[in-house]
Amino acid sequence: MEKKTGAQILVESLLKENVEVVFGLPGGQALPIFDAMHGSKLNFILTRHEQAASHMADGYARSTGKPGVCIVTSGPGATNIVTGLATAYMDSVPMIAISGQVATSVIGQDAFQEADTIGITRPITKHNFLVKDVKDLAKTIKEAFYIATTGRPGPVLVDVPFDVQRSVCEFAYPEKVEIRSYKPNYNGHIGQIKKAAEVINKSERPVLYVGTGVVVSNAEDEILELSKKANIPVTNTLLAIGAYPCNTNLSLGMLGMHGTYCANKAVQSADVVIAVGARFDDRCTGKVCDFARKAKIIHVDIDPAAISKIVDVDIPVVGDAKTILKEMVCLVDRKERKNWIKTVDAWKEEHPLSYERNDDNLHPQYVIEKISELTKGEAIITTEVGQHQMWSAQYYKAKRSRLFLSSGGLGTMGFGYPAAIGAKFGNPNKEVIAVAGDGSFQMNMQEMAVAVLNSVDVKVVILNNQYLGNVRQWQEMFYGKRYSHSCLAKRKECPKWCNTPNRDACPVYVPDFVKWAESYGVLGIRVTEKKDVEPALKKMFETKGSAVIDMWVEIEENIFPMVPAGASLDDMITRMNG
Amino acid sequence: MRHPVSVLVENKSGVLARISALFAARGFNIASLCVSETEDAAISRMTIVVKGNEAILEQVTKQLNKLVDVIKVNDFKDIGYIEKELALIKINTVNKISRDEIIRLTGVFRAKIIDVSPDSVIVEISGDENKLNAFMKAVLPYGLKETCKTGVSVLCRGNSGKVK
Repeated sequence: MEKKTGAQILVESLLKENVEVVFGLPGGQALPIFDAMHGSKLNFILTRHEQAASHMADGYARSTGKPGVCIVTSGPGATNIVTGLATAYMDSVPMIAISGQVATSVIGQDAFQEADTIGITRPITKHNFLVKDVKDLAKTIKEAFYIATTGRPGPVLVDVPFDVQRSVCEFAYPEKVEIRSYKPNYNGHIGQIKKAAEVINKSERPVLYVGTGVVVSNAEDEILELSKKANIPVTNTLLAIGAYPCNTNLSLGMLGMHGTYCANKAVQSADVVIAVGARFDDRCTGKVCDFARKAKIIHVDIDPAAISKIVDVDIPVVGDAKTILKEMVCLVDRKERKNWIKTVDAWKEEHPLSYERNDDNLHPQYVIEKISELTKGEAIITTEVGQHQMWSAQYYKAKRSRLFLSSGGLGTMGFGYPAAIGAKFGNPNKEVIAVAGDGSFQMNMQEMAVAVLNSVDVKVVILNNQYLGNVRQWQEMFYGKRYSHSCLAKRKECPKWCNTPNRDACPVYVPDFVKWAESYGVLGIRVTEKKDVEPALKKMFETKGSAVIDMWVEIEENIFPMVPAGASLDDMITRMNG
Repeated sequence: MRHPVSVLVENKSGVLARISALFAARGFNIASLCVSETEDAAISRMTIVVKGNEAILEQVTKQLNKLVDVIKVNDFKDIGYIEKELALIKINTVNKISRDEIIRLTGVFRAKIIDVSPDSVIVEISGDENKLNAFMKAVLPYGLKETCKTGVSVLCRGNSGKVK
């Protein structure tokens, strides 16, 4: 058998796993790995910050369904991907992170660029490995991919010490993987499925509550079939946007804090809630004890620990959503549920998503609507976190799943732009647009170099309101309009405390995103008026290569509807003062 | 409420940290923790006594099962089991009377005196939590110098908890 170094084994193993692209940044304790890459077929993308590398791997994974891979060095390289790992862990994204580590002989001696990477990443990875012997390396990589991609997916980190990268052993990539302590269960218990179907058949006001698990198991068709056959309205989480076609009459849109009126109403009035691959996140449930009070809860999930973690579940069905739904569809009666559908339709009409459409002001929601219209909902949209994220969720009508990529659980600002670059690597023929706030874009905008140098055509639309807008909205609504440290235009000369932002009077905003884009040789456009939105977007889409539009939107626009944090879904605020 | 939970894990470095970190991160309370190798050197048994209600116990077992290095979790629900703990207790013996009293109590509780010094004795006692507490209470007036408990060990009766 052929002998190889640990570093060569690592690179070969990644190729055996059909890894198309790896994101990362080299450093001292990872140099043998980077040396082994030299001249290899592995497509490595050098990022400007390790955090961005982890988000790129994440964006690649979310958009393709294949595991994303990043490689970083020890110490600061590894700590810089902590946010990316936590983001992927919360949202069940399959990811492999490989970190260099100081040599086994000096581990624990506070060596240069040493950090306890395994200890630090233990609670934010599905699993992690420290490889102490080169003979275990190939097997470990195989297991890492297996664990990351099966069951409820998640990030797996493999920490590889310097001496292990340089040690030599015989290399054969294992064909099979068998971990006695890890056996995810895919088939739902038939008795439970029958019970669930009986409850659905008896119900008058059922609601399907669809989460990421449906996307992970490719169960979109089965959800559609179930909802149509039994006439069950469908609401989705932020991460499952596009999993259910939004143009059908049974679609309620997103539920929760910034969900639609009809979705929250329907859940609160339902007699059965069928949660599929969703985890009852507090942003979805509102006050837990008030969530769907009248409903029996059926919960289909591959993660047994998700069952009854937050909301008591009446009928749990543990297993793969697609497999379970296929059986459930057969057992569910065809039923019209006319009254229920009528009630739901009335809620839709009572309070549809709305903003001031008739004035000339540049409302951020208008920008998203235009993007949705011009791309026909077929582009990949990534978001950062904040107001722009919620407006994108509300107004971008994604045609299918894996087109709306957003950090849901962790709420990571700085996620969207690198995730867009990662998504573009996985989908070179799709339009990819990073919708950003002016605050969060500044957290990882250095990655434009990666987009430009690799000719990765990612468009950026900044909804610039010169504030950390979501923070400002909460300060306006719940903190007496005390805009404490949320203004991004504030200078030394400004009054110490200000709650009257006004573009004409406020100091010049920095950075000038147009000039900034131009410094990368990229098209930059500033839009300050509503009439210029569509032409600018068209110009952006016609442009080959990256482009940035800096949209100066209404500063004090708020997201509605809104359920205040900790309140019941019944206590929705549909608009200001009303 | 206290519940014993027996966890069979891969005998690898870092597994104890995974388990204790999980308890800390999820806010579960541990009353006692006892870890040792089993007859199979590749497998360790951790016996954890958890404090909390049924819902917490359910989450504890599910979250433990979710860890990749955990092979089997047994919460002894509806299963007969044996529970034992060993304690070493160093008690003041300032005069002959107190020493005689302690020797007498040791006999009553079927414990053993395993060390005698001029002003103290060490008693070894094993049993369930109630027995150990009762003994501690009985000797408390003489003054406890130091105590050390091993944590609870639990095995189910018969064959109901074996790894296949």
